Amino acid sequence: MDVWQITRFTVACAIAATVMVLPPGVAIAWVLARRRFTGRTLVETLVSLPLVLPPVATGLILLMVLSRRGAIGRILESLGIEVVFTWKAVVLAMAIMGLPLLVRTARAGFEQVNQRYEQVASTLGAPPSRVFFTISLPLAWPSIVAGAVLAFARGLGEFGATIIVAGSIPGATRTLAVAIYSYAETGQDREAAALLVVSATIAFLALWYANRLAGRRPA
Amino acid sequence: MIELDIQLTQGTFRLDVTATFNGKATAIFGPSGSGKTTTLDAIAGLRAPDRGVIRIDGRALFSSRERVNLPSHQRRVGYVPQDVALFPHMNVRLNLLYGRHPGTSPPLERVVSMLEIESLVDREVGALSGGERQRIALGRALMSGPSLLLLDEPLASVDVPLRRRILPYLQRVRDELHLPLVYVSHDREEVQRLADYVVVLEAGRVAAAGSPAALLGSNPGTLEP
Repeated sequence: MDVWQITRFTVACAIAATVMVLPPGVAIAWVLARRRFTGRTLVETLVSLPLVLPPVATGLILLMVLSRRGAIGRILESLGIEVVFTWKAVVLAMAIMGLPLLVRTARAGFEQVNQRYEQVASTLGAPPSRVFFTISLPLAWPSIVAGAVLAFARGLGEFGATIIVAGSIPGATRTLAVAIYSYAETGQDREAAALLVVSATIAFLALWYANRLAGRRPA
Repeated sequence: MIELDIQLTQGTFRLDVTATFNGKATAIFGPSGSGKTTTLDAIAGLRAPDRGVIRIDGRALFSSRERVNLPSHQRRVGYVPQDVALFPHMNVRLNLLYGRHPGTSPPLERVVSMLEIESLVDREVGALSGGERQRIALGRALMSGPSLLLLDEPLASVDVPLRRRILPYLQRVRDELHLPLVYVSHDREEVQRLADYVVVLEAGRVAAAGSPAALLGSNPGTLEP
């Protein structure tokens, strides 16, 4: 049994998904926290949709968009990039499922930053980009890290979207959650139990760390 | 010379301030809710008026007719808000240097010695007392090399003995740096000690403007030790 291969692969994919989702997630969180614009509720709703949509449905949407006949899949194919049923699909599924958790947590972090800090920084001559990188981002940082850890943990447990868009190819796309399901279904209870312990341990540690960070309030 | 003509609606509150002043220290005086802080925010570029003009020495910071609205980082207006808002993730030195601008900023040593904060420069912001925070915030604003300094109730959050100690620093800024001050206050005595011109606001409008002695009487009050 490839407990270590599966664990390494899953953790690597979840880290890749978190890194990928951080820049857009933080940007969306900041915009939602600090800007008033028409269509704001629409952005908020779209970003949060993966939280409430059945993951299998999210996976199906991804499959339709990314398959060879899909809108994006066609472009990717012409560039020679194959996503569906590869590790890239695993990463993408994890990223999309993790995005709402990151955005919500980071947004709360930005909202907690006293706007007077940002205003004073601008009166001191700092243009908006400098205010963002030297004031808003560092003060919201604990919440951003907490959100990233949540997204990472969510990625580890991703099942529904992954199995649709990436399948369960041993050694290629099989993640912890998918492997637990396969082993349990085929009666390999010992293997399933081993993976269960691994994923429960990682999930526990990640959540514990995220909660500790989120408990810290910026001054 | 500072020219203000600010019209601004915020919920049910209407601010309509027209004033021109040329003093070294101008106090905006009035009860809470009269629009003092909103006026400072408009001058600093943190809140855009609906209509009007804001000009410093002929330079338009805002003009609805000329379609000018300089962003606050281009206004060169130092602002010390009421809660001073020292950056909590930086130590005192980094706070002081945040707005330093080659060419326009005074030397750090000069600001530090004028405010007598030499011993505080390497402290963490969380370890400062109320009066120390006021002086650091003042120093931070001065270090950005502003052409005008806005102070929102600089003495409101400190007790009377401390006021006696901070007031001289404000007088030094006024006299040694030749930097015009515009500051908000609802304290009669404070205005008499520091200001040479007063704009009295009531319910968002200018009720009176002139010298402190003429408007508020000549008794300097109890601030003097």
